Amino acid sequence: MTKPFFRTFAGAVALGVGLLASQAMARSDITIAMQLEPPHLDPTSAAAQAIDSVVYTNVFEGLTRFMGDGSVVPGLAESWEISEDGKVYTFTLHDGVTFHDGTVMDAEDVKFSLDRATAEDSANAQKALFAGIESVEVVDPLTVRITLADPNGNFLFNLAWGDAVIVAPESIEGIKTNPVGTGAYKFAEWVQGDRITLERNPDYWGDQPALEKATFKFISDPTAAFAAMMAEDVDVFDNFPAPENLPQFEADPRFQVLVGSTEGETILATNNKKPPFDDVRVRQALAHAIDRQAIIDGAMFGYGTPIGTHFAPHNPAYVDLTGLSAHDPDKARALLAEAGFADGFETTLHLPPPSYARRGGEIVAAQLAEVGIKAEIINVEWAQWLETVFKGKDFALTIVSHTEPMDIGIYARPDYYFQYDNPDFQALMATLNATTDPDERTRLMGEAQRMIAEDYVNAYLFQLAKLGVAKAGVQGLWENAPTAAIDLTAISWAE
Amino acid sequence: MLRYALKRLISLALSLAVASVVIFAVIEVAPGDPASFMLGVNAQPETLAALRAELGLDVSRPQRYLNWVSGMLAGDFGTSYSYRTPVAQMVADRLWVSLPLALYALTLSTLIAFPVGIYAAARRGKPGDLAVMGATQLGIAVPNFWFAMMLVLIFAINLRWFNAGGFAGWDNGLWAGLHSLTLPAIALALPQAAILARVMRSALLDILGEDFMRTARAKGLSRRQALWRHGVRNALIPVLTIIGLQFSFLLAGSIIIEQVFYLPGLGRLVFQAISARDLIVVESVVMLLVFAVITVNFLVDLAYAAVDPRLRSRT
Repeated sequence: MTKPFFRTFAGAVALGVGLLASQAMARSDITIAMQLEPPHLDPTSAAAQAIDSVVYTNVFEGLTRFMGDGSVVPGLAESWEISEDGKVYTFTLHDGVTFHDGTVMDAEDVKFSLDRATAEDSANAQKALFAGIESVEVVDPLTVRITLADPNGNFLFNLAWGDAVIVAPESIEGIKTNPVGTGAYKFAEWVQGDRITLERNPDYWGDQPALEKATFKFISDPTAAFAAMMAEDVDVFDNFPAPENLPQFEADPRFQVLVGSTEGETILATNNKKPPFDDVRVRQALAHAIDRQAIIDGAMFGYGTPIGTHFAPHNPAYVDLTGLSAHDPDKARALLAEAGFADGFETTLHLPPPSYARRGGEIVAAQLAEVGIKAEIINVEWAQWLETVFKGKDFALTIVSHTEPMDIGIYARPDYYFQYDNPDFQALMATLNATTDPDERTRLMGEAQRMIAEDYVNAYLFQLAKLGVAKAGVQGLWENAPTAAIDLTAISWAE
Repeated sequence: MLRYALKRLISLALSLAVASVVIFAVIEVAPGDPASFMLGVNAQPETLAALRAELGLDVSRPQRYLNWVSGMLAGDFGTSYSYRTPVAQMVADRLWVSLPLALYALTLSTLIAFPVGIYAAARRGKPGDLAVMGATQLGIAVPNFWFAMMLVLIFAINLRWFNAGGFAGWDNGLWAGLHSLTLPAIALALPQAAILARVMRSALLDILGEDFMRTARAKGLSRRQALWRHGVRNALIPVLTIIGLQFSFLLAGSIIIEQVFYLPGLGRLVFQAISARDLIVVESVVMLLVFAVITVNFLVDLAYAAVDPRLRSRT
């Protein structure tokens, strides 16, 4: 390379930097990186969280929606009335809402969306959310009446999920590659493998958001994520995959680090039907053998909140039950001896790909070995995990994070992969679902948390942290992740 | 020449047929159901069954193999399970990144390796040769992703000459596209150049010891003239072999580099498809890569024949 080349090149770079600086005054675009690319863009027919991250509240809206603090507020429904018996919900829709293709959003679209989710051949990955719906009636263009078979205290919460957004029959055909919703942002472009671009919808029914354009980029490699952020190629990294690099960003005034909580209860899931784990003493021994803080420090570089039951600590109804399973190897050994395993036993530990499982698994295995349980580590891919562990229930122990919000109800399903079958718990959940009074619900949820903790169904490790990195000037990012979402309407640049 | 080409062509077709069976068998044997991967842990059984039927996963394996192969023969590579986009289109999009990247890297590695290899051979045993041998040894030993990370650290994070990754797209002009492929191409090219330079050097040294080189000198050519006119040309055969192999490697084997630079190329497509159990994409892309590799080898065989007339008559 010759000198003149370098000079021209440096000149071009200087020019580029100058342009950037002049734009910085009124920046209205943002580039957000995430690890996984969505397979397609229909949040109502897949489980991939990456879909929600891009489209939830940005492109698609539901009758209700989650806020960053986890609360459920009105979305497309302006207000609602609930009948005395808790079975009939009458929603009043916002007037003047249109889809991005110009068609009007009215009660017919709501009926279409919910009927589609509950249909026999529905592709909805969370069909259970809608299980109680008996009928959806259009009263007038702005009024929808939903009748439930039984009262359901979670119903407004369920409708806030990305799987319950309102879609239009006119555009449903192409929703996977050209999503048409009612949100403040319109889908603009998708270069598969590289980026998705959204643009502000000038006809949005609500307040106009600050950003005009948002680009989502997909960077799965942790080293590449670090480099992209450091080189300032991207403005925000949602769920930064390399916690070991966070101190470096914290020390750098160009960046801010956001540490929040997700809905992910990370647990050492135990096959309750597989001997010797069908003995509660063995499960209790597991719980006492585990040193949560050591796992959080070793596997998550200190990010994560210890939990003692299957419930998110940031939820007001959370009960701290970590004391029931404090780290106590002697007690664990005693319990094992009592159960007839004074010399310990051999078992297996299936680990899916995320680092909380792979790194955490090594530490868990070492801690179990200390009390005499030799766990052979088996690394599996997600598809394989779903097949053998989740569907086949062919496992002894596994580490996994349950990322669905408010999912303690899974313990009422005896055929669920960890196979906890307790009629008392199932009855408790039925009562909870039928209860709408908030105080009573809080009490029942506390009782439920205690029941599974005392039965030592699984060993509860920690609540997965949400680690975000962003440029210093970005405001309004969600710190916590009540659901997978990057709510663009709240984001703006500081001057 | 024609008979030689025809023979090569038949062996090409046979290799493809065998490859299709092996690829299908290996990928289908791995556990994991694409439908349950897509719908996650809360999917209802009837939802899963509906999706499986929609994806055509509800028919027997041999039948699926036949559907796949007959589709490919008709130019239809199937539709991705998760993206719901025709595989052919996805591959075509990704090729616009992977192919230029491979060619860019190959050009760089050849441009580096030829002069370096010839220089080292001409100065056998002298300090210049030793320096080249040491540097190339290092180039082979150091993995390309390490080079990649160093390049990013120096040229993207510190000097800010390049982006740390991503692809600007050809829509923004040739320069923007090449600019964003430069660091990955260098990272890919350096180890390849090191190998190629050593091959060039040793091939040339073999040739230099041949009788005809002495004859060339005897008829009055200078050392340099003999080297260029008779040496380099004859050394090209092993070098061409390596270049052919390297091109195949660069096209199919840049998965790690594409991850490090988050380029939307073929390697990354396969990587994502494998973890998502998007079987049809994996099978079709691997098949296409096999096709590309076999075709490149075929072309290299023809190139030998062009360079070395003896090969033509021998077969």
